[in-house]
Amino acid sequence: MTQLALVIDLNVCVGCHACVTNCKQWNTSGSAGPLLDANPYEADPTGTFFNRVQTFEVGTYPNTQTVHFPKSCLHCEDPPCVPVCPTGASYKRKEDGIVLVDYDKCIGCKYCAWACPYGVREFDEQRKVMTKCTLCVDRIYDEALPESERKPACVLACPAGARIFGDVHDPESEASVAISDNGGYALMPECGTQPANHYLPRRKTALKIQNEQLYRSANPLKVEGTAPLPPSSEDFAT
Amino acid sequence: MRPAFSIIFLTTLTGAGQGLFLLLYATEMLHAAVTPGFYIGGSLLVLGLSALGLLASFFHLGHPSRSWRAMTMWRTSWLSREVIVLMGFLGMVLLYLLAHWSGLGLTAVLGGMASVLALGLFVCTGMVYVAIKVMKEWVSPLTVANFFLMGCASGATLASAYALVGAPDLVPHFIEVALIATLLALLGRSAALIRNARLKPTTTLQSAIGIRHPRIVQKAQGAMGGSFNTREFFHGKSDAFIRAIKPAFITLAFVVPLALLAAGLSRPWLLPLVFVLQYLGLLAERWFFFAEANHPQNLYYQIIS
Repeated sequence: MTQLALVIDLNVCVGCHACVTNCKQWNTSGSAGPLLDANPYEADPTGTFFNRVQTFEVGTYPNTQTVHFPKSCLHCEDPPCVPVCPTGASYKRKEDGIVLVDYDKCIGCKYCAWACPYGVREFDEQRKVMTKCTLCVDRIYDEALPESERKPACVLACPAGARIFGDVHDPESEASVAISDNGGYALMPECGTQPANHYLPRRKTALKIQNEQLYRSANPLKVEGTAPLPPSSEDFAT
Repeated sequence: MRPAFSIIFLTTLTGAGQGLFLLLYATEMLHAAVTPGFYIGGSLLVLGLSALGLLASFFHLGHPSRSWRAMTMWRTSWLSREVIVLMGFLGMVLLYLLAHWSGLGLTAVLGGMASVLALGLFVCTGMVYVAIKVMKEWVSPLTVANFFLMGCASGATLASAYALVGAPDLVPHFIEVALIATLLALLGRSAALIRNARLKPTTTLQSAIGIRHPRIVQKAQGAMGGSFNTREFFHGKSDAFIRAIKPAFITLAFVVPLALLAAGLSRPWLLPLVFVLQYLGLLAERWFFFAEANHPQNLYYQIIS
């Protein structure tokens, strides 16, 4: 069974909000209608976003780390938002595990948003329905797009490459490999929701230099036994 | 949570209606000497309260015209079950009323079915909140018990006031029931308050973002202005207000009605006032019920929470 998901690398995210803006751009232009964008230039701007980036500071000065934390629907394997929906508007697709809202069935009771511990569902005050990340379901299967662009808008926008899209049930996929290689984890595991989206933790990026990189054993001069002479000072004289 | 007045009115109004109906039916089963008019008037009151509650609930919806769809997912959703049982309760009370009005009989059967639905509706209403596993304040059998007890308390208080008109002989009996129900509701609600005061959150900021460090400070919430997350999940009142409303609703919904109901044995004109005061107290109680629930998503909005 396929379970599409995002893997977000907190070690790479620079908090530029490009994923947020590209997500809004793509999803506000879709066939489901625009996402609310109220008072954009007034004192109290508000609107519907499927993806937000928050910033946390971890530790005590001077030993602090600034962690940028993108948050969108985690497409849980056991989504608490789905069984509580009284109309069946909230559902999880069997074929790829994406959790979606049928905007034509939603009565806007907000009960699903209460059931979700992550606060990733946003009620659209204009359309009066619950909205959420669709994992760009209207993009990833679009054969009119070149294959390299059949990815969620946020993944395409990320300039740092902090977002990986893939099938987390396929152990060979880039997403699964990233999770297993880098200690990927799920949010709020105690809630039992089994989020499909994973986060890669902050880790030390040590520069690993192998001896072969400094001393090429395959250097042809070395092989021929005629080591190059060290440069004399005259070589640099002008 | 931000308390929604539509839901506050729905649960308090239908709760009083259900309580009143259970008492009406119990009166009939005990073969009290009253006219059918007493049951007809009482059923009209029950229908009026429940219909008002149902009407209030529509204001909660983004698309009220699609609300019929809410009856489709009864297999998984307690909210769906609540809608179905509420409609069934309204219909059965209407049949019960018609049976009394037409003198056809069958009132024992129809009233019994309506009573089962009334009890079922208390369970459904409570389970709507118990089913939200992330809301630790609600996940307790006390939630269901208290919806039942508080509905019975306000229903019985209303019954005693209503009996002044239709069946004055029954007033002392209804007052006794109202006293017992209000006392039990006070105990149940106090137990829930004590339980919730001792709750330890299982979800922390550390597990919410997956960083095991004791000191994490939020620097940005992802939006400069407000969002659905900052509006829906915070009550927005000061700590002083929250501290004040707890003793206020306990006094108004339980303590004052207990005293006035006892006084009502000799001064029956107090009874309508008791119902109004208790109802206002229950509105405050329901407000607090929602405001008290601390949603784990608030961890992502530290600057507000």
